[in-house]
Amino acid sequence: MTEKNNKQNSNVYSLYPRKLKTQISIIFLIVILFYFYSLSETGSDFLTLFLDFPDIVKKLASMFPPNWEYIPLAIDPLVETIQIAVVATTFSVLICIPASLLAANTITTNKFIYQITRTFLNILRTIPDILLATIFVSLFGIGIIPGILALTIFSLGLLAKLLSETIETIDARQLDAIRSTGGNIVQVIWYGVVPQVLPQFISYGLYVFELNVRASLVLGFVGAGGIGTIIDTQLNFLKYQNVMAILIVLLVAVIIIETISNMLRRRVV
Amino acid sequence: MNGILPPKPHQKKKRVRNWIILIIIGVIYVWAFKGVYDRADWSIFNNLGEKFERVIPKLFNPDWSQTEKVWDYIIETIFIAYAGTLIAAILAIPFGFWAAKNMVKSPIWNTLGKWILILDRTFPELILAILFVITIGPGPFAGVLTIGLTAFGMLGKLYAEIIESIDMKVVEAMEANGANKIQILFYAIFPQVLPEFLSFALYRFEIDIRASTILGLVGAGGIGTLIVIAAANRNWEQLGLILLGIIVVVSIIDFISTKIRKRLV
Repeated sequence: MTEKNNKQNSNVYSLYPRKLKTQISIIFLIVILFYFYSLSETGSDFLTLFLDFPDIVKKLASMFPPNWEYIPLAIDPLVETIQIAVVATTFSVLICIPASLLAANTITTNKFIYQITRTFLNILRTIPDILLATIFVSLFGIGIIPGILALTIFSLGLLAKLLSETIETIDARQLDAIRSTGGNIVQVIWYGVVPQVLPQFISYGLYVFELNVRASLVLGFVGAGGIGTIIDTQLNFLKYQNVMAILIVLLVAVIIIETISNMLRRRVV
Repeated sequence: MNGILPPKPHQKKKRVRNWIILIIIGVIYVWAFKGVYDRADWSIFNNLGEKFERVIPKLFNPDWSQTEKVWDYIIETIFIAYAGTLIAAILAIPFGFWAAKNMVKSPIWNTLGKWILILDRTFPELILAILFVITIGPGPFAGVLTIGLTAFGMLGKLYAEIIESIDMKVVEAMEANGANKIQILFYAIFPQVLPEFLSFALYRFEIDIRASTILGLVGAGGIGTLIVIAAANRNWEQLGLILLGIIVVVSIIDFISTKIRKRLV
């Protein structure tokens, strides 16, 4: 190795073995090539982006100043969005408790049930929120009920995964102790599992609530209620100043909710 | 039994606080459930069976003749997510160093970096997508930029945490040997952080695949475009195929990405 790496008149050694170097170079090359391929496939052209810069600024300027008078009209849909998110989070939190107990191998010793719930939850998580909303709107019709159902299902997959993984990492000796003193399954869960996972559980619930507030923005575009509805109509009317006003209201609301939720989460965990 | 255990300590202050929290939560719940109850159109539960009969069988009977079209859009979604994530992963490196406590000496400068990342993370994707579609026009490029700009906030934060957790002794040893900044970066910092950087970038790629499905709602490309069209045309067979396609593709990508991530770290 020293002979190979020693070039003439130099005593510089490479820190990395040659095999690792070629391996990394090849992977790097593939990553970059695929990057350029996807850029060309998506029609991404950064050169024209920079050349068109004045044009872009002009279009951005057409959104300013935001139409402040529109803001009162945006408050009610925003309230609706938050209410949808609260209700959907509540439902998914309630459903996720049995689901995550079934998907945790510390509680569910039956391999078959465990695998079935796991697979089901994994499939649930692959379905994007927009598709769930579309399907529920087509099943139930337009309104906020399909929106709530879509968000409930969407957050259920995530929440159950987080919670079941937490339940799997808890101290199993405590559960054994309760079992050995003759505790039944309900007592094991209530006295063994709940005290250990409750802080994380609350934290996940808040996190999912944040996600739901963002996701409920999507709902309106497919007719499932919330602030997305008015964004969609104003976009279609090309009323960009109104859109900007709604976006600002929404951003302020999201920042406030996330700040409060972060504060609460830091206290809980 | 009761005689053996000491009585639980009563903390009046804590109890009052807990009650106040409980009341606030209760008020929020009453407000939210009442609002939803008033707004909801309960008549949609009438003739539900008829609607289900019309839609569900078609949803589970995918229209295979559309496979090529659906596949094209799914591929486009993957390309958007890939290009966007890579842009974010590269953009996040300087921001990660900026927001890492042990790399930046001035605390104010450091906090500024952290704040930029926090601000970026609060931006919902759809807001940025709308802005990009309006300014640079509809198409997948707007989607790529959206994903790139929304993903780097989270990646930057994770990168900063990784950089903060590295072994600084290596850096000090190299400084003592007279290495310059670039040598320290390449031989002391990068070997410690790169596997984790890659692992988090892959994880973010999984998230971005899901995120880029919604971009089509506002015209920023991807499978969302087709979902909206299929729903508008009440083409449930096509929607069924899209559903199946997404489940299969996302599952495969998640599986591969988890495998690679396990090997990396």
